[in-house]
Amino acid sequence: MSMAAIDTAPTAVRTELVPGRGGGGPASKRTVVAYGFWIFILSDIVMFSCLFAAYAVLSGNTAGGPSGRELFNLHNVFAETMCLLLSSYTCGLGALSAERREPMRFMLFAAVTFVLGAAFLFIEVSEFAGMVARGAGPGRSAFLSSFFTLVGTHGAHVTGGLIWLVYLVAQVVAKGLRPAVLRRLLCWSLFWHALDIVWIGVLTLVYLMGAR
Amino acid sequence: MRHAALVPVLVGVATLGGCSEGILDPRGPIASAERLLLINSTAIMLVVVFPVVLATLAFAWWYRASNPRASRQPAGDYEGRIEFVTWSIPALIVILLSGVIWIGSHQLDPRVPIAAKAKPLRIDVVALDWKWLFIYPDQGIAAVNELVMPAGTPVTFRLTSATVMNSFFIPQLGSQVYAMGGMTTHLNLLADAPGEYPGFSAMYSGDGFSDMRFVAKAVPVADFDAWVKEVRSAGPGLDAQAYGALAKPSTAVPPATYRSVEPDLFQHIIDETVSAPGKAGAAWRPPLQKGRG
Amino acid sequence: MLGRLTWAAIPFNEPIPLLTGAVVIIVILAALGLVTIKGWWPYLWREWITSVDHKRIGVMYVVLGLVMLLRGFADAIMMRTQQALAIGDAQGYLPPEHYDQIFSAHGVIMIFFVAMPLVIGLMNVVVPLQLGVRDVAFPTLNSVSFWLTATGALLVNASLVIGNFARTSWWNYPPLSELTFSPGVGVDYYLWSLQISGIGTLLTGVNFVATILKLRAPGMTYFRMPVFCWTALATNMMIVAAFPILTATFMMLLLDRYLGMHFFTNDGGGNQMMYVNLFWAWGHPEVYILVLPAFGVYSEVVATFSGKALFSYRSMVLATLGICVLSLMVWLHHFFTMGAGADVNAFFGMMSSIIAVPTGVKIFNWLFTMYRGRVVYTTSMLYSVGFMITFVIGGLTGVLLAVPPVDFVLHNSAFLVAHFHNVIIGGVVFGAFAGYNYWFPKVFGFTLDDRWGKAGFWCWLGGFWLAFTPLYVLGLMGMTRRLQHIPDPSWRPLLLVAELGAVVIFCGILCQIAQLYVSIRTRERRRDLTGDPWNGRTLEWATASPPPAYNFAVLPQVETIDAFWYMKRTGRTRIEPAYETIEMPRNSATGFVTAFFATITGFALIWHIWWMVIVGFLAAAVTVLVAGWSDPREREISAEEIARLERARLGPRQPAE
Repeated sequence: MSMAAIDTAPTAVRTELVPGRGGGGPASKRTVVAYGFWIFILSDIVMFSCLFAAYAVLSGNTAGGPSGRELFNLHNVFAETMCLLLSSYTCGLGALSAERREPMRFMLFAAVTFVLGAAFLFIEVSEFAGMVARGAGPGRSAFLSSFFTLVGTHGAHVTGGLIWLVYLVAQVVAKGLRPAVLRRLLCWSLFWHALDIVWIGVLTLVYLMGAR
Repeated sequence: MRHAALVPVLVGVATLGGCSEGILDPRGPIASAERLLLINSTAIMLVVVFPVVLATLAFAWWYRASNPRASRQPAGDYEGRIEFVTWSIPALIVILLSGVIWIGSHQLDPRVPIAAKAKPLRIDVVALDWKWLFIYPDQGIAAVNELVMPAGTPVTFRLTSATVMNSFFIPQLGSQVYAMGGMTTHLNLLADAPGEYPGFSAMYSGDGFSDMRFVAKAVPVADFDAWVKEVRSAGPGLDAQAYGALAKPSTAVPPATYRSVEPDLFQHIIDETVSAPGKAGAAWRPPLQKGRG
Repeated sequence: MLGRLTWAAIPFNEPIPLLTGAVVIIVILAALGLVTIKGWWPYLWREWITSVDHKRIGVMYVVLGLVMLLRGFADAIMMRTQQALAIGDAQGYLPPEHYDQIFSAHGVIMIFFVAMPLVIGLMNVVVPLQLGVRDVAFPTLNSVSFWLTATGALLVNASLVIGNFARTSWWNYPPLSELTFSPGVGVDYYLWSLQISGIGTLLTGVNFVATILKLRAPGMTYFRMPVFCWTALATNMMIVAAFPILTATFMMLLLDRYLGMHFFTNDGGGNQMMYVNLFWAWGHPEVYILVLPAFGVYSEVVATFSGKALFSYRSMVLATLGICVLSLMVWLHHFFTMGAGADVNAFFGMMSSIIAVPTGVKIFNWLFTMYRGRVVYTTSMLYSVGFMITFVIGGLTGVLLAVPPVDFVLHNSAFLVAHFHNVIIGGVVFGAFAGYNYWFPKVFGFTLDDRWGKAGFWCWLGGFWLAFTPLYVLGLMGMTRRLQHIPDPSWRPLLLVAELGAVVIFCGILCQIAQLYVSIRTRERRRDLTGDPWNGRTLEWATASPPPAYNFAVLPQVETIDAFWYMKRTGRTRIEPAYETIEMPRNSATGFVTAFFATITGFALIWHIWWMVIVGFLAAAVTVLVAGWSDPREREISAEEIARLERARLGPRQPAE
């Protein structure tokens, strides 16, 4: 019995303790799901931080090819950022509507979120296509490899998020806002906000610092 | 458990038995210092490790369930003072070792030139598939899989690789350092006395790796000068074409020398490694819009 | 149509892989045939393949680990034999292109498909039981994790007969692993199998962090958790922090190989040193991911078989968390010889040696737990004591290698090989075996034979020291690792001793097989009817052996650390509680089906069969979407049913007073 005094002596079960945090027994399903998904997002952010590190290491290695200053168009980037930030806002409004069990308002905000996300993707894809067309594809230099991989992985996440959103809206239509669906929506909105955070990193490290 | 005792014994045998090679038989100041560090660090740790092994054996034996003479205290005895000791002993050892690590790392930094009266000899080392190319820039000669150096004279190595990662290592002279494509690493070694010391790549580099060996020959200064003269007088020169032929993968390559070397070959090799054929200066059309759009 | 896959991929002209492959295929077909004839498929499908029960999944992990141990050991003994034969001018029986595959496969299999499944399997079996709950946080996800790990193991072994494996060592350093130097499928087998199994491992990490932090029995505060749960928590936090690094790194290398990018190439501005840094930023935590759960096992075993509470629980937890944090800050010690400056090397050398402090504290704690205890020598206790002595010496050589100038002469040498086998066999493998012997009765309801178990232990311990002491000495004599043939004939005696050591370890493995066989044959008289064969201290012993699917009819109320010990002393085990209805998750084929399509996708990616990649990926995605659509399906077990089951199983325990 080697613990501090509080645990040495058997005490009455402390009913005041919150479930999942210490003595109160297992947490609710909603808490467990959201918490688990949050841990998963943390791991995703670790993966992004490796891609950020790779970009930081390789951003100067243009191998005679173009540098960020020659390639980046900050007008586009500004539009992309606005789309994504606004979509996070509408995503939040959608989540609130869902929690209040207002399916129609939720659908409206989901639709706006989808359009904004799709617009972001459209701008990003056309930017990529323009670069590839001009001979500045991912195989041109280590700088471009890391650029396309970092920004492209974020774009792939956004794509996945949009597919997931459509899938969840279909669930809302088919099943209504029942607890299981609400838990999935909660995970989705965590995911979508996390993508925003990653994008702020991309915007700063890649575009703002690279376009100088 | 009885085998545990074999470790120090066997290490001792290897040391005292005077094995002909290896890091316990150093032939230069770097290797000697590193062996000393090895022995000192082991001794520092044995101060704790040896009693711990003994205590483990003793406790395990004495407190066996069938021993009627052992005193028991199944309730467990919790003692904050013992806890303090269990943290402080390893902590003290590690503090001591940290000092050793800090000083040793700085004194034996491979990049630091070795203080000696003689002027250092410069040698450029290139790892190829699967052989070593040694270029003597000041003498204008080169050798493959044979490293001749004057004893008592510090040698300053610059290393690179024209292929995958390798590690340049002569155990009896001390420190190894990686040779990596497109990069230059630095190493300083010195052989105290004439002799032949085996060297090799200590980083797996593909199918021919096991034969990527050479002999480092430390010779008296006069013999070195004679060797340089001899190399200059015979054999092929190492121009771009000869280097191209040499760079092709080959295994178990016998030692060879080159009477002359293209100037700045070392730098050319680095430049060539980072620019793959057909990629360098690949078509890049200027941007459609200028600056930041 | 089939990408790079042609008949040339089958090694018809190489007798060793062909024969091995043929034998393995025959054994597998025979096993499948037997299952079909006996009509076991419905049982296997229902009770194992689609099971989401953490105990079943844990058992499958351990079985995977033990089977792969045989494969990895076969590689090991082939390597030892080659090095014992190919001395001087002799070339041995394995040409480089074959030998190089074997040492690469040995490392990959032992780390990813032996050590990882063994520790994850033990965590699966034990953690929910010790926490006093009914399953992990996400049972279906747990099944997905296992089957993805199995996919990785399957792909690695497929390379034996279809194509070949990587010849780039288990580090797979570029530029050797780049397309320029390794154009074949070997590196792709390596990358895809580890990418797929890595996702499985990451999901395990997420699952167990959520389980340990959010699902515990009432009253089980953090500082009442058993030490094994603490080590499991630390390990899974490290998985969450470190495995994404591996995923990202391999993704970059795959992009280099598949899309011509330049992350790690010599040309185009690539940076090979970045791979080395990232690989070890995962690789060093990985070492502790493996060894911390083993430390947890020793903590449980030593306390139980000394009949005492673990000495200084508080220090143990602190040391575990300290190792967890420090392990993320020492990766550079794997390449002091890369030419970083003295300040950088010294910093990482000091950080590395600091890890010896919490590790040393742990050793002292186990030592003082035995002090004035009543030490009972079961097989698991023998492994624990063998570990303490072996591991201390492995730690000593490890700290030696953390002194940068010493590492300058020992880096990549046989000394290093001996060191990490010393800590991985002496630490992780002994821990896994201790845990296997300790918890086997809990899982299967009967104990393992102690005589064969102890014989196995002595063979493993003696064999280990016989095999690796010579390598320590050879490293000091200047022998580097991964040599296909040995230049110096004077090394022959030591290499022969090492070979002998491998043979002794093989005897240990045979003893363990005999132990399992004998124990199953005599299981009726080794039944554990009490659920508590060792007079245990923690909650897994509070339920029956084997535990019912729901683990605990009523979640236990935890009031102290060593909760079950306290319950036994206060007589709380014998009170029949009021049973309530329990909801348990239903079986799910999602894990198996996802992994099936992941296997197809991975195989198609390796062989550049693009249509199959698309089909496999879409099928896997649809499987996940289907699983994500269904409402959580739970089956209810009624209170009466539980009462009936509990009374039946508690029968033998009633006369305990």
